[in-house]
Amino acid sequence: MSNSTWNLDPSLESAAQVHIKPQYELFIDGKWQAPLSKTYFDSVNPADESHIAKIAWANDSDVDLAVLAARSAYENVWSKLSGAARGKYLFRIARLMQEKAKELAVLETLDGGKPIRESRDIDIPLACNHFFYYAGWADKLQEAFAGQQISALGVAAQIIPWNFPLLMLAWKIAPALACGNTVVLKPAETTSLTALKFAEICQEAGLPAGVVNIVTGYGDTGAALVGHPNVDKIAFTGSTAVGKQIQKACIGTAKKLTLELGGKSANIILEDAPIDQAVEGVINAIFFNQGHVCCAGSRLFVQESIADRVLEKLKFRLQSIYVGHPLDKNTDIGAVNSKKQLETIERYISLGIAEGAEMYQPDCTLPSKGFYCKPTLFTEVAQSARIAQEEIFGPVLTIHTFRTMEEVVQKANNSPYGLAAGVWTSNGARIFGLSQQLQAGVVWANTYNKFDPASPFGGYKESGFGREGGRHGLSAYLKFSN
Amino acid sequence: MLASVSPLELNAIMANATSIDQIGTLERIARIQARSIKGSAKLQGLRMALSMIDLTTLEGKDTPAKVRQLCFKAQHLHDQAANLPTVAAVCVYPTMVGVAKKALGHSGIKVASVSTAFPSGQAPFELKKLDTLYALDNGADEIDMVISRGRFLAGDYQFVYDEIAAIKELCATIRLKVIFETGELDSLDQVRKISDLAISAGADFIKTSTGKIQPAATLPVVLTMLGAIKDHFDKTGQMIGMKPAGGISSSKLALHHLLMVKEVLGEAWLTNEWYRFGASSLANDLLMQYQKQMTGKYQSATYFSID
Repeated sequence: MSNSTWNLDPSLESAAQVHIKPQYELFIDGKWQAPLSKTYFDSVNPADESHIAKIAWANDSDVDLAVLAARSAYENVWSKLSGAARGKYLFRIARLMQEKAKELAVLETLDGGKPIRESRDIDIPLACNHFFYYAGWADKLQEAFAGQQISALGVAAQIIPWNFPLLMLAWKIAPALACGNTVVLKPAETTSLTALKFAEICQEAGLPAGVVNIVTGYGDTGAALVGHPNVDKIAFTGSTAVGKQIQKACIGTAKKLTLELGGKSANIILEDAPIDQAVEGVINAIFFNQGHVCCAGSRLFVQESIADRVLEKLKFRLQSIYVGHPLDKNTDIGAVNSKKQLETIERYISLGIAEGAEMYQPDCTLPSKGFYCKPTLFTEVAQSARIAQEEIFGPVLTIHTFRTMEEVVQKANNSPYGLAAGVWTSNGARIFGLSQQLQAGVVWANTYNKFDPASPFGGYKESGFGREGGRHGLSAYLKFSN
Repeated sequence: MLASVSPLELNAIMANATSIDQIGTLERIARIQARSIKGSAKLQGLRMALSMIDLTTLEGKDTPAKVRQLCFKAQHLHDQAANLPTVAAVCVYPTMVGVAKKALGHSGIKVASVSTAFPSGQAPFELKKLDTLYALDNGADEIDMVISRGRFLAGDYQFVYDEIAAIKELCATIRLKVIFETGELDSLDQVRKISDLAISAGADFIKTSTGKIQPAATLPVVLTMLGAIKDHFDKTGQMIGMKPAGGISSSKLALHHLLMVKEVLGEAWLTNEWYRFGASSLANDLLMQYQKQMTGKYQSATYFSID
């Protein structure tokens, strides 16, 4: 019996299980408050360009109210609670998130375009785990920094990106609250909905009013928050360009700053690597979340002796990568987050071709509506090419070859960024040798894109400073007095 | 023609076998198992799986009557519903080949015989050859030999190679499946090595297990073997068949095996010419799931005959 084709049927997760309001206000002082700006913007589903909800656009006065609420909650309530009491709230939030995991996953996918498999299996469970993890630290801070005089900072202004909306919220809010700070958080304009759902969870958890405030809006809202004189701490995850502006805005203030910015991370395959697993690792490194990952392994370095074989295997593997509707359980690559980002990616792809690199895309059909991009490989790429130097933030991989260890270390480090790197080899000594020489905040060995709340994350050079996650993540939210 | 190999060539085969990362292998499998196989794809998959079964009885207490029953079942499984294919083969001991051959007549269902002192392989080489010749003389359509695991683990690759090559020479055009008994081979690296070795010695099919040792056909082992088949194909253009045997009793698991074949090797392997399941209880579950998919209702297991 021969079967010419065996294709999987569509298997769409139901969107009906999510309750979405037609219009969202600002979450300030434990209440939903209409914006003083009186303006709203649309949130769009990138999978089909449909309208999802109207969202309040906070202006300076709205931000002022939110900071005031956070300040008052800090002075009057939150700073007076014991660590154990704060931990109790965090545990409660974590459990509520876990109970609503399915709803949060579907909402994340609807709003942001990432495959439901990822929001269900990676984003939401990790976000819950961050709250569980930092809940545990809340009453053990003194043990974490034995012999040091520590205290909370006060009001933390937090600005998060659109690639992992709820997960980045968890990375920011969980340690801030555990350390005794209150928070004003601004989600990215294209992905506000899970943050607003999180506000509902805070209400359900009985979190004291003003401890968490969510102000939605565009860059101007973020700028107002960063520039507000009454915040003590700024935590930003996003582009290096905006990170530089924020750093300038903080000059001459006492604001404590952490920045987690862009990357152009090197993924290195040595000739003795477990080749099939390395190829799979390359796929995960660059095509995870449509390549919208700050630590994406976007530059692949393959030792020359196995380069042809690796490329052949990558091309074959791309045939069974499904690009399509993000709610389909079989989708591997969903929708690009916004039209603007799709245009950026497409501009880089054209640039790569214009620069003389050789492009490969698999033969797959994309949905007619929505923002989609085929997984893309570039070979014959010069180290000096722009597609090899600049962060594309999309499913685009540049492939380079090398001959010696020395050469690959030089090439991998030859970047203004230094967020992450991957090393693939069966030789343990080479793993340790390379990880010492690579200028990257994280070096993964024989794996890629692995995250855990207990593991610190952050960059070198223009990829930012400060660490999030683990015990290190606590110190970003504490004042050390001696 | 007896395939032969020089010590240098053999060293190269063993040295070139790529290493296998256990954790990465498990992650790849988790991705495949996260796939949702529904609707018409499920029906098509169930039919495919049924057509790939080597219906098996390999027990010391097997009798001609038992083998005849199995052969009857093999010919009538697909009566349960319209458009069902027959199983691919019946797999028995050499002494039962004649019985099975007669019982299956012109049904098109093949008779596969285990050989080379199945399941342990612990017999002198000359006896293994006689064992195989006996099965061939009685009309076996396919031979499932076991390798000498002890020799392999001791590093005597030449011995293992020569044994496979000699049995293949006896089989001539009859297809030879080489059983590794991966449950005795310790690591995925070893599984990869024996796969490369057996393929170069002339195996037409590589097969995981005898069904007598646990674990048997696990997904990591099968994925590793598929990797060897793919690399051989890319290098030479020659297709090698795959037969997981033992431990696959549910339809869901069988469908994930097939999806793995599709993603790792491609659709060309999705026929019983290149892929088989060595199983006995899988067939009934496939039928039950097929009925469920057609009628929306599960039937009691008592409606499916056990033999």
